[in-house]
Amino acid sequence: MKLAELRTRLGYQALLLGGVALLTSAALAFAALLTGPEIKAAEEADLKQSLTQVLPGSYDNDLLKDTVSLHGEAGEVLVYRARRTGKVEAVVYRVTGYGYSGAIVCMMGVSREGKVLGVRVIKHAETPGLGDKIEPAKAKWIFDFDGKWLGEPPVDKWAVKKDGGVFDQFAGATITPRAVVKAVKGGLVFFEANRAALLDEAGGVR
Amino acid sequence: MNEKYGRITREGLWSNNVVFAQMLALCPTLAVTSTATNGLGMGLATTAVLLLSNIIVSSVRQLVSPEVRIPVYIVLIATLVTLLDMALNAWVHELYKVLGLFIALIVVNCAILGRAESFASKNGVADAALDGLMMGLGFTLALVALGGMREILGSGTLFSNAHLLLGSAFAFLETTIVPDYKGFLLMILPPGGFMALGFLLAAKRVYDRRRAERAEAVAAATVAG
Repeated sequence: MKLAELRTRLGYQALLLGGVALLTSAALAFAALLTGPEIKAAEEADLKQSLTQVLPGSYDNDLLKDTVSLHGEAGEVLVYRARRTGKVEAVVYRVTGYGYSGAIVCMMGVSREGKVLGVRVIKHAETPGLGDKIEPAKAKWIFDFDGKWLGEPPVDKWAVKKDGGVFDQFAGATITPRAVVKAVKGGLVFFEANRAALLDEAGGVR
Repeated sequence: MNEKYGRITREGLWSNNVVFAQMLALCPTLAVTSTATNGLGMGLATTAVLLLSNIIVSSVRQLVSPEVRIPVYIVLIATLVTLLDMALNAWVHELYKVLGLFIALIVVNCAILGRAESFASKNGVADAALDGLMMGLGFTLALVALGGMREILGSGTLFSNAHLLLGSAFAFLETTIVPDYKGFLLMILPPGGFMALGFLLAAKRVYDRRRAERAEAVAAATVAG
């Protein structure tokens, strides 16, 4: 058989590998073009949903377009601003804590008065059954932050009860809530430090 | 002909099951089976890739030189997985949010390369397609069994969150087996996966041996009679 003989040639094998690589990358590039906009739209919808979860009330601007990037303690922080008739009423940004097994990423909403509007954990790898009580689906714990600010409780009480603070820890897991409390507190400190820039009120314009 | 299809089906589902007999793909098996629903999702996604990869590999088997077959198969499988990943992400995003993590894991599923190498590269397209489908369903069966066992023992439920995977029409699958269950964390964690797998393997072997003994006894009785 002719093909069988051809298959043993080095040149044929090199061409075959090259051809397969070319065809598959072409297929992938084509698929990426085809699905790219849809994936982007779906991810934006996801992001919007996670933003509105920590933003009670109604706003009249496009949150995803009204952003400002500020320098926080751990690098750049992308802040989404929610406005009503041009005035920034609330800001939303991500804060990260380090729990029992790596980063815990939270989305937090803060009102212009500096009060927590809501916190949601958007990514974590804590132990199922112990540390995952930070998810709203598993426990109500994460709602404890609603309405809190750096004056209520006082700054030195922003800790879990075991450390002399006011926030509950879970049975069998202290590291996880401690990390979340610390992250949220850090988020509020960040808000106070950058209040003017966050609220878009530098120099009293607007 | 029918007998051959019957054999392929039996091998895929039971006697040469990917997990219970070949002991392949243990990494995704142990990683995702904390609930029956997760097992089902991973199983179905793997079945889709396995079916397509077997069809493609079988249809190009004459062209591929034996010397370079492994890289060719790997590139083909990786491409399929990436295509599936992108398609699900774009068009069924809700499902993707549940399955997303598992889909990337399919690339490291050696069962797919194993079937391409040991079956699809030596058989016709129809046989390879059936083999891929049956091996995939057998894998799904194993994952659902393992996930169900761990979920019942670990959290006292079965098929929790099935509506996220299959749509709200399948919410009836979600059952609480043990009400007010305190949870048995060990079964949800990785060690529980190893233990549950061990018990299931032992059970399968006992069952297979009993069946073989019975078949032998019947054969002996027939000869004696």
